[in-house]
Amino acid sequence: MNFKEYIDKPEKFTPGHRTCSGCGIPTVVRAVLAATDNPIVVSNATGCLEVSTTMNPFTNWNVSYIHNAFENAAATLSGVEAAYRSLKKQGKIKQDIKFVAFGGDGGTYDIGLQSLSGTLERGHDIVYVCYDNEGYMNTGGQRSSASPFGSSTTTDPAGKVRSGKQEFKKSFTDIAAAHNIPYVAQASIGNWIDMIKKAEKAFAVEGPAVLNILSPCILFWKIPTDSAVQLSKLAYETNFWPLFEVEDGNYKLNHNPKNRKPIEEWMKPQGRFKHLLGDKKLIKKIQDHVDESFEKLKARCGVE
Amino acid sequence: MKDVYTITGAHSAAHAMRQINPDVVPVYPISPQTPIAETFAQFVADGKVDSELIRVESEHSAMSAAVGASAAGARVMTATAANGLALMIEIVNVASGTRCPMVMNVANRAIGGPINIHCDHSDSMLARDLGWIQIYCESNQEVYDYNLIAIRLSEHSDVLLPTMVMQDGFITTHTIENVQLLDDNKVKKFVGEYKPKHPLLDVKHPVTAGSFELQYAYFETKRQEEDAIQQAKKVFPQICKELSKITGRNYGYFEEYMLDDAEVVIIVSSSTAGTAKAVVDKMREQGKKVGLLKIIMFRPFPYKEIEDAIKHVQNVAVLDRSYSFGANAPLHAEIKNALFDSAQKPSIHSYIYGLGGREIFEDDIEKIYNDLLKGDTGKETRYINCWGDEF
Repeated sequence: MNFKEYIDKPEKFTPGHRTCSGCGIPTVVRAVLAATDNPIVVSNATGCLEVSTTMNPFTNWNVSYIHNAFENAAATLSGVEAAYRSLKKQGKIKQDIKFVAFGGDGGTYDIGLQSLSGTLERGHDIVYVCYDNEGYMNTGGQRSSASPFGSSTTTDPAGKVRSGKQEFKKSFTDIAAAHNIPYVAQASIGNWIDMIKKAEKAFAVEGPAVLNILSPCILFWKIPTDSAVQLSKLAYETNFWPLFEVEDGNYKLNHNPKNRKPIEEWMKPQGRFKHLLGDKKLIKKIQDHVDESFEKLKARCGVE
Repeated sequence: MKDVYTITGAHSAAHAMRQINPDVVPVYPISPQTPIAETFAQFVADGKVDSELIRVESEHSAMSAAVGASAAGARVMTATAANGLALMIEIVNVASGTRCPMVMNVANRAIGGPINIHCDHSDSMLARDLGWIQIYCESNQEVYDYNLIAIRLSEHSDVLLPTMVMQDGFITTHTIENVQLLDDNKVKKFVGEYKPKHPLLDVKHPVTAGSFELQYAYFETKRQEEDAIQQAKKVFPQICKELSKITGRNYGYFEEYMLDDAEVVIIVSSSTAGTAKAVVDKMREQGKKVGLLKIIMFRPFPYKEIEDAIKHVQNVAVLDRSYSFGANAPLHAEIKNALFDSAQKPSIHSYIYGLGGREIFEDDIEKIYNDLLKGDTGKETRYINCWGDEF
């Protein structure tokens, strides 16, 4: 299928939602929902996506949807999926239904990690999608374990003696892969076809699958409303956010730039890094970390 | 066919679950609930139920999965105790707020800290204001019977609220008694099939569950939740009556024991009511007019019915197995509420007992009755068998 055929499918996620102009999240959701023609049940963690799409009495979901709390989108979906298996076994349900959870990085990397880990370990046939916007954006841009080194967040702001977050981003995609589940992938809204193909694979496997998708936040990355897709491209062209997948434990690199762009090109347009752009020492530290991490990833993927 | 089995309270709960045959059971181990989960797991392993058992990684996920499964349209049961209930409490409130029927067996145990594994009611009392129906059981037989009633009550279309069925940790969960189990088919017929109104799995009619509600809607949703729990109070006696016809046993909001002509009364719930009955029998033989009111349904609380049952009494002692720190103990406070508007009312006295599994004996209860008869009560809360406190 080409791009047009995907977007011509009936909308399961309707217009009129309240996400910010230029937000990456709806792009993630529409791509994932377009990746299966089966009926779907969605579970959603508390966060930007949930508050902007389920304002009672309105909803943007043309599919069955449940929000429970912040940290338990995966466990909630595991209950829905178990109900499905039980009722199907008893002959009370005939259709083949797919199950997908959406959570932000706060609900995934941090507070929801245990709930997700348990769900993956138990082997539920679900797809878990993290839209990683690198912070607690719904509550005002606070630091999460997914916020990048050096970024200024509202709970770790750049100041006179501290230049934003002092820790590197957690490697959540690798943590998901360490559960030895059938499919894990890292994607970016900057490569729509790669993202939707990965979502198709995730729905196709039997058992749990995880997609970790970088999704820029206009407000707290402090970027122009028309820049989310472009920045998401720069994220993998600089190797800050490599595109890769792990199928049955085998790592595969999906994009290996001949000349990776310097990390500054990704950081420069973002107001959250403004304070450290002149700091050569810190930029080098970040660049070295990106390069070392990419070398390790290449080794795991068996790429020279 | 044999119908009386010598089993523990935990086994009583597990057998009720087996016969109810819930579609989904998410559960996490915690003492003294574990024999419920383990016994049920064996039923699953032996193919005696259709249930999907989700062996979750925490109680928080147990309740999260229970909400997901209930919203999906499944019949759901689970079990927990103490810190497990405390851990799941955020989602306990979501379960009722999202109107997810389910039954949770609670093996009452003290919540830490300090950590303690033995019986008191501080765990379920923590959840008393969260929109769940609460039923406290005295015996293994009651555990079995009230499980059957609870699933009907939760799933009733006028109610659609979750229910906790309490039994005393170790004292009831691990003690064997004779229990009459109904024939499997009789239970199947009594509980019927659950027909959810708007299940997630009805994918042709998609619903949005757990939506975002601000100042304009949240209040009304909560107001409906209150209406629903009041409905539970109306529906409960009907379901009790139905089961009573099958078993010949009586059920209700509370049990009255030698209450009609009693001059002094103890109000208590759970296994301690059994101890108190033995004392009542003994003292009645001595001609002393003592009586007992055993609380069964704590939420919704039957204020009017309790007022009518005890307003004629002179002195009442309310025995609480938990604190409400800095306030009247939970049961004591409700009994006072029940009598406040009554023209005629007894003098009501508060006793705290049994925290963290501290023993209470027949002698202790006899002393309370004698104090009540003598009018030696005082206004302060008394502590039964707590070192440093005269009682």
